[in-house]
Amino acid sequence: MEQQITRKAYIEELAKIQEKVVEMGIAAETACKNAIEALLNFDKNLAAEVMKNDDIIDDLLIDIEDSCILLIAKQQPIAHDLRVITTAFKISTDLERIGDHAFDIAKITCNSKKAFDFDETSIKKLSDCAVNMINMSTTAYKNADVNMAEKVCIEDDTADSLFAKTLTQIAAFNENKGISELSFISRYLERIGDHATNIAEWVIYLETAERIRKTNRLSD
Amino acid sequence: MQYKMQTKNLNLHYGNKQALYNISLDVPTNKVVALIGPSGCGKSTFLKTLNRMNDLVENVHIDGDIFLDGSDIYAPDTDIVHLRKRVGMVFQRPNPFPMSIYENIAYGPRIHGISNKKQLDEIVEKSLRNAALWDEVKDRLNDSAMGMSGGQQQRLCIARVLAVEPEVILMDEPCSALDPISTMKIEELVTVLKEKYTIVMVTHNMQQAARVSDYTAFFLNGKLIEHDITDVIFTNPSNKETEDYISGRFG
Repeated sequence: MEQQITRKAYIEELAKIQEKVVEMGIAAETACKNAIEALLNFDKNLAAEVMKNDDIIDDLLIDIEDSCILLIAKQQPIAHDLRVITTAFKISTDLERIGDHAFDIAKITCNSKKAFDFDETSIKKLSDCAVNMINMSTTAYKNADVNMAEKVCIEDDTADSLFAKTLTQIAAFNENKGISELSFISRYLERIGDHATNIAEWVIYLETAERIRKTNRLSD
Repeated sequence: MQYKMQTKNLNLHYGNKQALYNISLDVPTNKVVALIGPSGCGKSTFLKTLNRMNDLVENVHIDGDIFLDGSDIYAPDTDIVHLRKRVGMVFQRPNPFPMSIYENIAYGPRIHGISNKKQLDEIVEKSLRNAALWDEVKDRLNDSAMGMSGGQQQRLCIARVLAVEPEVILMDEPCSALDPISTMKIEELVTVLKEKYTIVMVTHNMQQAARVSDYTAFFLNGKLIEHDITDVIFTNPSNKETEDYISGRFG
């Protein structure tokens, strides 16, 4: 029997949702990179740009959510299609949170009267790690790459230990000048790593239907 | 797990044309099994082998085994009338007899030898109640069944099957000619009926299979491609063709 491909518009709409998630991933990664660059160079203009561009990420979230809700209401998605929609919901929420943390870091730079005087080695390493995790998790999403998603989950341990080291270093070097701001920034970066890990876990679910339990992460 | 019906390596030919290939499927007791697949995939043919309705078609050749409670229903000494009492059937279009609502239900029990009026009254009421139709028709049991709505007629046909106390109910797209509300009523009914009966249902409505069945079997080109717990079939089927079909990629 000849098998005819059906539901063209629906399939295109699913693909569009995935494209928007990828677009949001790129925006969130750029926001983090720029927020850190603004911090390290004490570039208030760049920090202000990060804050302004957060609206783009927020709008993409609403757009993705609306598209998902419409498809659920009208198309009764099941199996892999349903996972495309549920993971778009979850991943876009994580990306929006990443955007918020980039916004928070940029805001600290904007509100600061002068550049922070600190040894940037640790925070640089932590931010590289976090940005890399966003990049890997969204690339894994784009390419349906479960192996890469699994690597992100393992990388989360690196982010956690870099966070601990950064806090120690900030405490040792800063003698109360900007210590709370820098601690917050480190915490935001660590949380960004957590959100990237969530995204990676949703990629694994999308492609395999397997749920990764928080208590049973790949690195354990 | 107890199986009410089982088929083993079932092959069916219409003349030279093979319609079913090596179907081995277990039907668990008191569960609903949905048979899905595109038109011409063999699901209705398979359904009809379960109470030997295909015996009525010329040039049909069947090999393999079909068991009801472990007994082969194609054994030479099988009483086909008794088999069809145990394995009843509801068709795609409601097909009430052109007689009163009451007589539609009483017809089967009479054939099976019940003539006591009081006993027949009880069977009619019980069957109509179990088919969720009693409250709608109790004041007009002597009206013609032909004056009922399509959805009521289909529930009447279900009541007619229930009246002869079957063990298995076969349903061949029972809602395809019904409006959405009547469809929901039949679906509600199916979930209640499975407490007492084993149900095998052919449906073209994927969401219906997902809503009402415990197990789903996917047929394609006369072959059983995949069968599993319905929750698995509709969330993570193992076969690509199943996935493509249930997500509407072809069919």
